[in-house]
Amino acid sequence: MHSLGARAQSTTRTRTPGEIVAAATPTSQVGRRIVDRTFLGVCIAFTALAVLLLVILLVSIWQDGHARLSWQFLSAFASRKTEEAGVRAPLWGSIWVCVICAVAALPIGVGTAIYLEEFSKRSRFRSFIQLNIANLAGVPSIVYGILGLTAFARAFGTANSEDPITFGQPESFFYLQLPFGHGVLAGGLTLMLVVLPIVIVSSQEALRTVPGSLRTAALALGATQWQTTWNITLPASIPMIMTGGILAMSRAIGEAAPILVLGVPLFIRSTPTNLMSDFTVLPLQIYNWSMRQQSGFHELAAAGIIVLLAVLLTLNAFAVIIRHRLQRANG
Amino acid sequence: MTTPPNAPPQRNIDIKPATPVVAPEPVSAPVADTEPIAIRAQGLDSWYGRVQALKGISLEIPKCRVTALIGPSGCGKSTFLRWINRMNDPIPGARASGTLTLHGDDLLSRSLDVVELRRRVGMVFQKPNPFTKSIYDNVAFGPRLHRSFRRADLDELVENSLRAAALWDEVKDRLKSSALGLSGGQQQRLCIARAIAVGPEVLLMDEPCSALDPKSTASIEQLIRELETSYTIVIVTHNMQQAARVSDRTAFFFEGTLVECGSTDRIFTNPANKQTEDYVSGRFG
Repeated sequence: MHSLGARAQSTTRTRTPGEIVAAATPTSQVGRRIVDRTFLGVCIAFTALAVLLLVILLVSIWQDGHARLSWQFLSAFASRKTEEAGVRAPLWGSIWVCVICAVAALPIGVGTAIYLEEFSKRSRFRSFIQLNIANLAGVPSIVYGILGLTAFARAFGTANSEDPITFGQPESFFYLQLPFGHGVLAGGLTLMLVVLPIVIVSSQEALRTVPGSLRTAALALGATQWQTTWNITLPASIPMIMTGGILAMSRAIGEAAPILVLGVPLFIRSTPTNLMSDFTVLPLQIYNWSMRQQSGFHELAAAGIIVLLAVLLTLNAFAVIIRHRLQRANG
Repeated sequence: MTTPPNAPPQRNIDIKPATPVVAPEPVSAPVADTEPIAIRAQGLDSWYGRVQALKGISLEIPKCRVTALIGPSGCGKSTFLRWINRMNDPIPGARASGTLTLHGDDLLSRSLDVVELRRRVGMVFQKPNPFTKSIYDNVAFGPRLHRSFRRADLDELVENSLRAAALWDEVKDRLKSSALGLSGGQQQRLCIARAIAVGPEVLLMDEPCSALDPKSTASIEQLIRELETSYTIVIVTHNMQQAARVSDRTAFFFEGTLVECGSTDRIFTNPANKQTEDYVSGRFG
């Protein structure tokens, strides 16, 4: 401020802003335009490249795999004979673990987000949790696989994996054992670990979009913090929370590494019947097939990828539809 | 708070900014003995962190009257208002000392049930903030928090609240449609209806017309005059004419102190304090 004032005094007359601008050297108009055009061109080129790569990928997979797509492929179990093999076990396995993952991850994730955004005071503890969640979102999924193996499959070694404590009959739907072993429950909970940071962060962002004036209005009417959250904040942010949740599920359904670490059997000829059932998932079956020598298995892998992509796109479509529906319902 | 409490002093007043402003002895005319007092502040101090927002406020607010709080931005009038229903609580570092009572109940007590207090003291905000719900559900939201109603009783409550806010005739045919479809003035009257519906004794209004056009402002002002018979109303306003039109008593705040308080007629025609005179006549602020 001082130097500015000094300069104004040193000159004989105060120049108007217009005079100062007129006296300055003009930048090259042509140069600016060239930079502008070039930048636009580079952006378009990169976008085109990304789309092109995706198209090449989809086309080559479609060419390899579409001949194998049939009802038989969806309804048959894996087989050594390529013409008889199908994705029944991994398809159902993926659905089971994905549902378990959703049922476990959504309440915990949304609950954590609500605590952090609506209830916790600004404190070191909160910053610490926040930092950890941000870091966990970047942890490779195979690390979660090892955590899942230790925590769920082996219960931290507190129970004997060879001789588990059982509840109910193995044929029953309600059959449980401790530790969980490498059943669908352990798989679903392991995937929950993978997606939990994503669910928490996206739910937090959803809650943050709700205007503070609505919370204030509810509080001023004598609503408790919980009544405000349940009646005002949560309904207003549910479309975004659901979208984030479904996108997290599509991440979960595409994971192979954490499931592999759990030690699931690679060759399976049954669909899950209860939470302890052995299972495999689509990405693992695709991995398995693509490791084989015969080209027939590579076609099966391509067909499996098409099925997986179809499931993913369906989930994403659901996310879009739910968001639109709820946004309209909210006015 | 519209601006930080440490806003620089205005230019046209004859106090030197370098010297701390010594609070002049507040010329606070007592409320007539016959009038019952609803809210009483004595030596109320308030801080946001280290910044003192209120300095020894002593003020009596009579029951079933409109009291206007005026003063330049950052003078503490909104802070004072928000202590009455403890809406300062969520602000980190906000604290108060001194005495503030509503019909004898200590409003600064730690053991005070804030939820029950806010049922007794309704608030209307600067910007209309209806919920993204139907008109009916906006009004029914507050009552449902506190009690369970039979359907017919709730319908009656919603109707009477909307009538009290002079909105019933305009919305009675579309109670189920979204409140966001209403005009700004209608939304603000809906917010008043929503505040009335929980059965408060006091209505706090924080610049309720500053986001509204003149016609809507006029209708809100008329409404305030009608509500006065049933509710103790405290209104913060930047609009001198509005304070003159709607209020019975006016309190002038400056830099966290109460400079003068008295009947609106006297404050606007014959203020005892030079600062008050400058402010209400528009020479500063």
